[in-house]
Amino acid sequence: MQEVTEQKKEYVPTIVAFCCNWCSYAGADLAGSSRLTYPANVKIIRVPCSCRVNPMFVLKAFQRGADGVILCGCHPGDCHYVTGNYYTRRRMSLLFSFLNYMGIEKERTRVEWVSAAEGAKFSAVMNDFAKKINELGENKRLQDLRVKEERDE
Amino acid sequence: MQRIGVFICWCGSNIAATVDVERVSEAIKSEPGVVFSANYQYMCSENGQQLLRNAIKEYHLTGVVVGSCSPRMHEATFRKAAEAEGLNPYMVEIANIREHCSWIHKDREEATEKAIILVRTAIAKVKLNAPLTAGESPVTKRALVIGGGIAGIQAALDIAEAGFEVDIVEKNPTIGGRMAQLDKTFPTLDCAACILTPKMVDCAQSDKIDILTYSEVEDVKGFVGNFKVKIRRKARFVDETKCTGCKICMDNCPSKKGLNEFNMNLNNRPAIYIPFAQAIPNVAVIDPEQCLKLKSGKCGLCQKKCGVGAIDYTMTDKIIEREYGAIVVATGFRPINIDKFNEYGYSENKDVITSLELERLMNAAGPTNGVLLRPSDNTHPKVITFIQCVGSRDLTDCGKPYCSKICCMYTAKHAMLIREKYPDTEVHVFYIDVRCPGKNYDEFYRRACEQYGVDYIKGMVGKVYNQNGKLMVQGSNLIENEQVTIPSDLVVLATAIEPEPSVRKIATLLTASIDTNNFLTEAHPKLKPVESPTAGVYLAGVCQGPKDIPETVSQASACAAKVIGLLVKDSLKTNPCVAQSDESMCNGCSQCANVCAYGAITYIDKEFRLGGGKTETRRVAYVNPAVCQGCGACTVTCPSGAMDLKGFASKQIMSEVEEICRK
Repeated sequence: MQEVTEQKKEYVPTIVAFCCNWCSYAGADLAGSSRLTYPANVKIIRVPCSCRVNPMFVLKAFQRGADGVILCGCHPGDCHYVTGNYYTRRRMSLLFSFLNYMGIEKERTRVEWVSAAEGAKFSAVMNDFAKKINELGENKRLQDLRVKEERDE
Repeated sequence: MQRIGVFICWCGSNIAATVDVERVSEAIKSEPGVVFSANYQYMCSENGQQLLRNAIKEYHLTGVVVGSCSPRMHEATFRKAAEAEGLNPYMVEIANIREHCSWIHKDREEATEKAIILVRTAIAKVKLNAPLTAGESPVTKRALVIGGGIAGIQAALDIAEAGFEVDIVEKNPTIGGRMAQLDKTFPTLDCAACILTPKMVDCAQSDKIDILTYSEVEDVKGFVGNFKVKIRRKARFVDETKCTGCKICMDNCPSKKGLNEFNMNLNNRPAIYIPFAQAIPNVAVIDPEQCLKLKSGKCGLCQKKCGVGAIDYTMTDKIIEREYGAIVVATGFRPINIDKFNEYGYSENKDVITSLELERLMNAAGPTNGVLLRPSDNTHPKVITFIQCVGSRDLTDCGKPYCSKICCMYTAKHAMLIREKYPDTEVHVFYIDVRCPGKNYDEFYRRACEQYGVDYIKGMVGKVYNQNGKLMVQGSNLIENEQVTIPSDLVVLATAIEPEPSVRKIATLLTASIDTNNFLTEAHPKLKPVESPTAGVYLAGVCQGPKDIPETVSQASACAAKVIGLLVKDSLKTNPCVAQSDESMCNGCSQCANVCAYGAITYIDKEFRLGGGKTETRRVAYVNPAVCQGCGACTVTCPSGAMDLKGFASKQIMSEVEEICRK
């Protein structure tokens, strides 16, 4: 491992994906069982519904050095909990509209609807999002410097 | 001090081929709190589970992380194993290193690194897990069947047979549904009424079944085992307990302009009517749109003539409330509206009819007493052309993308019946494909072609137009590669079927999901084909997808088996991952109750000690754990941070975020 760091490895962004248990997590499972690849830097956190995602979780991720955060839920009208994803849509569009003021590019966040049957869509969305985050590079603005120091040590 | 055990599964080579499981176990060993780390070929196997159980016992584990397939697959398995060893089942977390890692990444190095992070994330979460206990809720031992067609009838009969009470709610004045309208049924050609009406009578005679016709589900509250349902009993204007079904009122009614829905509007019926001779209940109903007494106050003939005094013009809709443990949805189908298909000229030509209309024209109890006469001039048609796939497998806005499944068979049936009854009739069928899978189905279709001389033409019809009283059917014959025009006397359209539109409202009330074609979605297309994703709700018949009578009956019986399996239980375990409010932080602002889709949150006044002997009474939120479904909408809405979700607590998710971002 040591010689790799010495070679100054190409920067690999960190992407956090929140997936609702009923649609998107199952969609991610389907992507897996269909062997549809997407970058390994996408890491999934399972939540019961996309509406469980507090805007604080998104900000926390950025503060801790995440370079992109994506939320996936059931399609509007198909939420397992009837109306959960409508709350997600509103909350996140509000949060995202503030991000530029906070020094974070809005493009580092995204909300996508992926059903349990859309393994292909899940993989396509993650590939596309990871590509975008690669273009944007490291999230330097909101990152907690203490976290960065710890990491660089 | 936490004592975590970590188990990495190879899943044969499914995980081990791309993830270096040995390295993952090794890397995890040094994580704070981890006292045991191992890997095994198949964790879900008997031996794998034993490994987990032994470790719990030997190392006194307080938490378990299994790095394996998706938690949707084996979370329950490992929780059960942990519980058997006395560890709370909710102290088990799964790191999904198969579907989310080994199966999607090809690079071994990359996949192993990711697996380590995923397992570390699960460890971070499990450290904050709290033991949870599933609550219990009682089961109301009564079932509701929505829809009284063959699906609803079969489900109700089977449930009643097992000794449970069932209510059938049917929006029409009689049960029987679409099957009651049919003449003969494929592939045996026995008459629909002969096999359906005895079942209808069985329903009426069963002391376990309560038939609520002319009624609709108005509101559904509650959850599996404890549904509270409001049912609207529409005003019938006839007392069901008094009416004897003698039909004197029908003969005397002066308003005879009402369209006979049962006969697909092909003839008329009086304002007071019984839909058909074998109706159950055999009780009249007044159509308020047609009744002179109800419209203008003048008439009242039926009331004067009724020997038992059953007519009551002052009757109003009544709402009754009942409790159920399980609900079967069997709302059925209707043929789609084909007015938009200008090419077939359905709205311009009386002699272009749908298959269901033909069904009534051939039925002995139909408007023509079973004599096939064309609607325009009541003459006997000599040339009949059938057009299949009208609106089915149609990607335009007018039609439906799916195959309606029953049309190939009923068209073969119609063609065969016509050729048998009127051998001098010429019968043509335009088809795209003939799809007849099923026991004795293909043989049936071949009989139509080979023995009954039905002329099957592969090709689509472009236009139907009227020329000097003849219906010219212009289409292509793909086999002969030519354009054909068939002068016909009657054109029958095999119309696509769609779910009864009222299913949308019912799905909303039940929070059952529905697909883009309005079919109700099953919990799993292969392994849970009769369950809806909403616990306690089951699906029977065409409301779930196109199917014929044998399939519908099978599905209805399957539903009944599921319902019986639920109703025999005295209580159910509830999901313990529900919201909980911290009373000391809650300020009673009501925001959480506003976003709750289940009405699980109420407010109570609670006394708090302030110290110095003083107390204060505050209004705080209370979550009913039996009603809460655990979505977490309230947790994000709560401005004071009092609301949290057990099993998916804010702290847990935050720690997962931190762990993923740790590099």
